Amino acid sequence: MTCEEFVELVTAFLEGALDEAAERAFVEHLAECQGCERYLDQFRATIAELGELPPESLPDETRERLLDAFRTWGHATDGPAGPPEHHR
Amino acid sequence: MLPADKVLVAGLRSGDEATFVSLLDAWSGSMIRLARGFVSTDASAEEVVQDTWLAVIRGIDGFRGTASLRTWVYRILVNTAKKRGVKEKRTVPWTSVDPDGGPTVDPSRFRGADEGFPGHWREFPEPWVLDGELRQVVGRALDDLPERQRVVVVLRDVEGHTSEEVCAMLEISPANQRVLLHRGRAAVRACLETYFATSGGTA
Repeated sequence: MTCEEFVELVTAFLEGALDEAAERAFVEHLAECQGCERYLDQFRATIAELGELPPESLPDETRERLLDAFRTWGHATDGPAGPPEHHR
Repeated sequence: MLPADKVLVAGLRSGDEATFVSLLDAWSGSMIRLARGFVSTDASAEEVVQDTWLAVIRGIDGFRGTASLRTWVYRILVNTAKKRGVKEKRTVPWTSVDPDGGPTVDPSRFRGADEGFPGHWREFPEPWVLDGELRQVVGRALDDLPERQRVVVVLRDVEGHTSEEVCAMLEISPANQRVLLHRGRAAVRACLETYFATSGGTA
């Protein structure tokens, strides 16, 4: 396995999606190659950083509008809104 | 921690506001991030989320429980966002396995066929020292990803869904999911590498 091949298999390796032979070759390469070990570390660090992104939230007025919609829909028998349009 | 789906669905159907609020507050943030992969502006993304919740309110009686409630809601979101994206001409087909083609690391980083050790690193990647600035760099890198990669990376790595859940939400194959995830991650890593190389991020 070359480094060029290794870098394309990193996610498949992390997902446990490589077949036995490919996984063995991947691990053997990793054991011998400092560059690819570093690449794998950086790939993991990238994934960890993605997981640290701050949460977003709905603007307050949108949230209020949705709460109103829920109240209206939940308690109205005469149904102010139409039938579901978006769901499948 | 939210209660089980059965409890949530019963709450929504009976018009229990506390249930709705808990879902709205727990999921809307990640839904905005997800929607933004399909549409052009933050305002559009928020409208997609709003329309999704309206569809959930109206359609909850039709929820059959074949997928989890969250998967069902996210599917509505993706469909709503796609429709909107088509209007804004941003949507590309999700069907082909490897739509964006090409290697995920610049081929010039590896030795050529006429050199010793072809396909091996010409020079190893420089080591990184992680710092607080990184979050912004990661956020921008994510924003710049192609739509499909962005959506899969958001769902898997930002929001922490499993590959099974993501395949179900997006109705794509595991192989397709993995390719998009790998491309997206590799592109974000490459942005970080550029950041470290150019900002004196003590490499």
